[in-house]
Amino acid sequence: MKHTIFSKLLLVGLLALGFTACKKDEPTTSPKKAVLENYVRIVFANYEDNYNAAKLLKDQIDLFVANPTATGLEACKQAWLTAREPYGQSEAFRFYGGPIDKKDGPEGLMNAWPIDENFIDYVQGGLDAGLINNVVQYPNITKQLLRDLNESFSEKSIFTGYHAIEFLLWGQDLSTTGPGARPYTDYVTGAGGTAGNQARRGQYLKVLGELLLDNLAEIRDAWAPGSAYRTEFLENTTVEVALGHLFTSLGALSKGELSGERMFVAIDTKDQENEHSCFSDNTINDIKDNFKGLKNVYFGTYTRTDGTVVSGESLASLAETSAKAKGDLVKTTFTEAEQNIFAIPAPFDQAILNSSDKILAAITSLRTLSDRFADVGLAVGAKF
Amino acid sequence: MRSLFIMLSTGFIWLIACHKKDDLPLALATPAEEYAGGVNGTTFDFSENAFGEAVKGLNGDQEGYFVTGNSFFRTNWVSAPGSVNSVDGLGPIMNALSCGSCHFKDGRAKPPATSDEVLNGLLFRLSVPGMDAHGGPLGDPNYGGQLQDKAIQMVKAEAKVRVSYTSLAGTLLDGTYSLRNPVYVFEDLQYGPLAAGWMFSPRIAPQLPGLGLLELVPETDILAWADEQDANGDGISGRANYVWDAVAQQSKLGRFGWKANQPNLYQQTAGAFNGDLGITTPLFPQDHLTAVQQAAYSNVPNGGNPELEEVTLKKVVSYMQCLSVPARRNYNDPVVLRGKYLFSELKCAACHRSEMKTGNTGTIEALFAQHIFPYTDLLLHDMGPELADNRPDYLASGSEWRTPPLWGLGLIKTVNDHTFLLHDGRARNAEEAILWHGGEGAGSRDRYKRLNAEDRLALLQFLDSL
Repeated sequence: MKHTIFSKLLLVGLLALGFTACKKDEPTTSPKKAVLENYVRIVFANYEDNYNAAKLLKDQIDLFVANPTATGLEACKQAWLTAREPYGQSEAFRFYGGPIDKKDGPEGLMNAWPIDENFIDYVQGGLDAGLINNVVQYPNITKQLLRDLNESFSEKSIFTGYHAIEFLLWGQDLSTTGPGARPYTDYVTGAGGTAGNQARRGQYLKVLGELLLDNLAEIRDAWAPGSAYRTEFLENTTVEVALGHLFTSLGALSKGELSGERMFVAIDTKDQENEHSCFSDNTINDIKDNFKGLKNVYFGTYTRTDGTVVSGESLASLAETSAKAKGDLVKTTFTEAEQNIFAIPAPFDQAILNSSDKILAAITSLRTLSDRFADVGLAVGAKF
Repeated sequence: MRSLFIMLSTGFIWLIACHKKDDLPLALATPAEEYAGGVNGTTFDFSENAFGEAVKGLNGDQEGYFVTGNSFFRTNWVSAPGSVNSVDGLGPIMNALSCGSCHFKDGRAKPPATSDEVLNGLLFRLSVPGMDAHGGPLGDPNYGGQLQDKAIQMVKAEAKVRVSYTSLAGTLLDGTYSLRNPVYVFEDLQYGPLAAGWMFSPRIAPQLPGLGLLELVPETDILAWADEQDANGDGISGRANYVWDAVAQQSKLGRFGWKANQPNLYQQTAGAFNGDLGITTPLFPQDHLTAVQQAAYSNVPNGGNPELEEVTLKKVVSYMQCLSVPARRNYNDPVVLRGKYLFSELKCAACHRSEMKTGNTGTIEALFAQHIFPYTDLLLHDMGPELADNRPDYLASGSEWRTPPLWGLGLIKTVNDHTFLLHDGRARNAEEAILWHGGEGAGSRDRYKRLNAEDRLALLQFLDSL
């Protein structure tokens, strides 16, 4: 092993020598460019993890639908929760019109919320609701049908994505303390089955798994080495503008989306279920994963689902060399925000009602963090 | 790449202009005009979020309203009963699932590209001859005052509308042009026939920046600009619309909407929630169903009484009031200044009034006493048979339209990826919008057609800088 590494180093050394000898004026990678290259590696790794986790989810769904059991449903739920972890982190790559949320990007198809439960399946007070139970109008549940239906409302998604799957696994959250409690028998055809149209429900769930996987593959491939977008981002975008994209993401996620849309609105409306993952009560983890995503981008380090680490030059290291005081402020605010977020008691839907002061403290530190990102961004010459 | 191209072409135009500009009159750039929305109401965000920024100087509460209002503006409403109580109650019939789907990124909608495409941000007002109790349009007995082309499950949408175009040729000083004239076909009418003499008016969702500022332009100023009898003989006779104010329970000056048929943003917003989304509010507590629809859907669950509470409605209104206006770009560029000069010379500015000052009513102090440049007089003008919808709306005749503000015009392409203009989106760009002007705008249109190519471009560059 040692030997191999040594040979590789030697080879690299020789290559480097060769380069120096032939192309003396070839510019070395600037620190800023190195930040972008590391960022792109992280983005791709994260989107690969998203895909792989959704693949495991889809496999569990297929197994469960073929043979519905309580254990099978539980395995699907676990796979869904696991899949949300990398996805939540990958939201720190949004908000600058990249592949995920460009004008026709699939973000809405995957993560639209709130989801219209009535359009999908039965709900309390509407036992015949949903296209699952509307056999006459929608005899076959296919990918194409869901695409067409979205289109007919000129909407990205009201029928698909993580939260539609969440609804079909957990069901409505009618409990004040726990998550939704859909029985696995909603998928049992024949004796012991509940809620009617069980096979169609299973078919819907399977189609959702496939669509999610299709969309995640599209995003992963858009960032793969050699892909058009990756090349555009690294080679054809000025370094300052590309860095600006990173700061735009960080600012928009911490202030607008996370602390605003997903936290402030919840406590402002005091609507217990006005939370991101309202069926599974997983919202507090969504928040923590979004926050982890902010850290990944800023510190240039991403721990993959399998535990390996992608790491390199980062915005933090840029700040360290050219805007140390501002960078230090970001670091202390990260620490403070982390403490405040972890102080929010789970589940979030109870915290909305009973611990809004704790949520508010987290909101305040996330907003401060956003302002401090902007300070660092300007100081290191990013354009945004 | 595209921006490089624009830079190059702009530079090219500037060079041409340089050759001759010594002997061509230019307008002066005034120091204030860069700040189109005034000192507080102007943003320098020129990205795709350019229409969604808050004005400066809001207090802590107002900043919070902005966040929550923005959320309710963008969120998809869902049918009742939904787990998220605060956003259920959609429909049963509607035009959209959210405000933001038509006003995407607080911007402007476009008409369908093909006759098969579903409407997204284009809706149709309906009426029959006569007036309602307050002098407003009288809705069709079966379909009401607005056609809803979408519905929740198990409910029938009212109809489908197919949009297509015929072409209309014309000539410029040195060439020809072709406009597209919309043709609408109403299909799949689900609730019986439309009444005899029915009328419709297509309306596209416009961009939202600066609405709160326009709401504070003093009524006395607007009325002073009116010249109903064309006393000054310039062929332009702006007049005020007076419409029913459901809160004040009396007739008030109309300010908003394509025909100035709404007195304020509160009523406009509550009306849009009701008509476009099927969401009830304290102001409009009933879903907009006709008798035949009431009978059919009496058992469809609602999302509470009302579905949108007063306190949240007010936050959405506050959100819209607090949307700032993008600053002018290139406002002192010589070509733009030539265009500005021509805009005035051609008498465009007679209706598209460039500057005014906001008053100090309401609760958002940041909007008070702002020197703004909206390019509208908020009055009705006869635009001739060219643009007529032939459907009266309070005092507005079938050929009258309110002068739309032009601020933000040049950024629609950035925010919404298109340049379609006019009440129904028929104009594919600003030049076509000018060429569609008739009636009181015919003189300006004809003067535009007599301009040489360089001056036409200068005028368009000016519009692009707004």
